[in-house]
Amino acid sequence: MPGLRTSGLPEAPMSFSPLRTLVLVCGVAATASACVTINIYFPAAAAEKAADRIIDEVWQLRDAGSPAPRSNSVPDAPHSPSEKGAEQ
Amino acid sequence: MKALTKLTRWLAAMALGCMLAFAVHAQGNLEVDSPAISALKASMQKRHAQLAPLYASGAIGFATDGSIALRDASLLPLAQRGGASALVAAENADRSALYREIARANQHPEWEVDIRNTFAQRWIDRAQAGWWVQRGGAWVKK
Repeated sequence: MPGLRTSGLPEAPMSFSPLRTLVLVCGVAATASACVTINIYFPAAAAEKAADRIIDEVWQLRDAGSPAPRSNSVPDAPHSPSEKGAEQ
Repeated sequence: MKALTKLTRWLAAMALGCMLAFAVHAQGNLEVDSPAISALKASMQKRHAQLAPLYASGAIGFATDGSIALRDASLLPLAQRGGASALVAAENADRSALYREIARANQHPEWEVDIRNTFAQRWIDRAQAGWWVQRGGAWVKK
């Protein structure tokens, strides 16, 4: 306890504490996010969903009438209508 | 001491929250809307009109590595073979660029191989009846 406080002004431990808290929180948050971002494993499910969406778009031109490949397409992407509209 | 405990607890909650938020964000979606990806999609979409009959004839099939291959050129008239090879080469160049761009758009260039494998599986799974796909090194008609 005394070791922690010696660096601050003796009369102002109360005003120093919120700043230190803020710095600590920022440090921990930055470290945590950096760790997670760097070490995250490949999101296989998201990749599959993205692949299906792109395959839908690439094959759409001639295969819009075939029911099988279109059956599992889910309207999960809010921005896809405008994007498809722009490309068609 | 009580304040320290409170602070520690708060910090732990904060850190956990951040981790969860980033994990959820990373898991939820893959970024596939960069200008480069859109251009590649448009190019592949246009080429598909020419490729579809070649898939149906069996001349071109879907390989296990996420590319397409000129499986049996003898199914095509001699005059068309050169054009078919050029189509395959152009499509494979676009596909490779697409896998690379998706990985790059997500700030993970090292994911390129995983993305290629995912696409390879999906192209093959979703190929239409009558199209040829590679399974375990052998060509199979769906």
